[in-house]
Amino acid sequence: MKLELCTLSGGYGAKLVIDGVSLTIRDRSIVTLLGPNGCGKSTLLKMIGRILKPRSGEVLLDGKSVNRIDTAQLARRLALLPQQQHSSPDLTVEELVMLGRFPHRRGPWTASPRDREAVDKALNMTRLQGLRHRLTRTLSGGERQRTWIAMTLAQEPELLLLDEPTTFLDICCQFEIVELVRSLNRQFGITVIMVLHDLNLAASCSDELIMLKDRAIRYAGPPREVMTPEILREVFSIESRITWSPEGVPYCMALGSTRPAESSC
Amino acid sequence: MSFRDRLRTRTGRWCVIGILGGVLLAAILSSLGVGALRLSPTEVAETLWRRDGGIPYRILADIRLPRILLGALVGGALAVSGVILQGVMRNPLASPGIIGVSSGGGLAGILMMLAFPQFSFLLVPAAFVGALTTAFLVYLLAWKQGASPVRLILAGVAVAAMLGAFSSAVLLFHAEKAGGILDFSIGSLSTGSWPKIRQVQYYMLAGFVVAPVLSNRLNILTLGDEIAAGLGLRVEQTRFCLIAVAALLAAAAVSVAGLLGFVGLIAPHIMRLIIGSDHRFLIPAAALFGAALVVGCDTIGRMVMEPSELPVGLIMALLGPPFFLWLLRRHGYEA
Repeated sequence: MKLELCTLSGGYGAKLVIDGVSLTIRDRSIVTLLGPNGCGKSTLLKMIGRILKPRSGEVLLDGKSVNRIDTAQLARRLALLPQQQHSSPDLTVEELVMLGRFPHRRGPWTASPRDREAVDKALNMTRLQGLRHRLTRTLSGGERQRTWIAMTLAQEPELLLLDEPTTFLDICCQFEIVELVRSLNRQFGITVIMVLHDLNLAASCSDELIMLKDRAIRYAGPPREVMTPEILREVFSIESRITWSPEGVPYCMALGSTRPAESSC
Repeated sequence: MSFRDRLRTRTGRWCVIGILGGVLLAAILSSLGVGALRLSPTEVAETLWRRDGGIPYRILADIRLPRILLGALVGGALAVSGVILQGVMRNPLASPGIIGVSSGGGLAGILMMLAFPQFSFLLVPAAFVGALTTAFLVYLLAWKQGASPVRLILAGVAVAAMLGAFSSAVLLFHAEKAGGILDFSIGSLSTGSWPKIRQVQYYMLAGFVVAPVLSNRLNILTLGDEIAAGLGLRVEQTRFCLIAVAALLAAAAVSVAGLLGFVGLIAPHIMRLIIGSDHRFLIPAAALFGAALVVGCDTIGRMVMEPSELPVGLIMALLGPPFFLWLLRRHGYEA
């Protein structure tokens, strides 16, 4: 799988949120998009996932524009989980995960052994076997998020796009999600592009961090190269100190804002 | 596994659908026996089976059967329309009225009755065209790079309010003719006949065939536009088809039975409470239940004030809410 963004621009209505972004995503890597609120992370992710049409430029999957690939066909290779609006449909965990088979299924009535196998595998990977008959609305936040991820896994994608998968979760659940992403990547070779807000969480699991600001990519590279006080000051307007874990992962201690008081967010 | 969980398994859901089919049949048979000529269900079956052409047979075949079948069709159509619209709009308050079908059909019907009272056979087509045109107008007004559910609902409410005001204004100036129109706006089956069924049967049939075909796509669509698009669903295209089916069914129902919209709101919810929101099962279940509900309420309406009768819409609005509220309080329900 090869994913390239070529001078991609796009936004909503008259407003341009992403302007001329070019990027190549390495196969089987975990890439995290970082940046202050409103920098266009989610917009970029939506354009990669073909649910927002770019104004100009292209997203090429193996050399073919994602907007020109048949959308159902694309859904068998690329799965995406938008930012959650806390919705919990009136379905059980298993029923919801089975909906992830939609792009593979012929008719709505008969689930093939292949479909059931994929659902079982997704439930195993997300450790939800014990909850498969529970209604989604009775789950905790972390379990619910794992259910949604299981649904995207039932699609059996090569490329997984996650928009803020850890937001609103407690710290343990955040780690669970990140470890899940890591194991999906290591065991099954799924390429993951996600948006995170927590710098340290991102640094601990990503092969590459993409720092966005003002509609464009400012810095891109492995965590140890781009998690520096200078770059964080420029992108996030924070004063910070970086320490290193024994495994060589940078850890950022934020000390304060460098933004002038009148131009707050 | 509790009884409620059992109802939500595949077998449980099919059982519920089977039972509802039985209930509908029983409602139709007992309804056939009610009236000035009282017959037991076995006598009804015997009479219809013999086809002897006698007076009891004529009463059953020419007067009661078409009325009852029309009631069943109307109830089923409105319930399916309600299920679809609640799913598409992701809003539990959605009902056929929300896309302007009732107000549009109502205004067109009223204008027809006042302007050409001599051409009563034109009432059904006029109301049908009025209902469909309004639904299309609401859809167009809500369109802005896609028809979002919220814009659809707001456009629908606005258009319905305006057309309702037109209807009221027209009625104010023609108070002397308001009688027949009142029947129409409450919802009544008293003029049900074979020709009326023939006028809408194909639209309803088309709706009843297409709705189950789209049911799994409706499941996907209720997850949200972005998730649905991510799963490879053509969101706008699917939404348009679903709204078109809902509009077709509701327009056909409103044009023959008047504004009986309430069944489209509660029949789906009652079935949701029992078998859950998987639309593959919900659509047939709600159709059967809506049909039985309308037939049942119409029967009661014919019985309580014999030899006169109360319109089915009135009975439904009186009996439906208490039953619905009882269910709502008994089950932990979150739409």
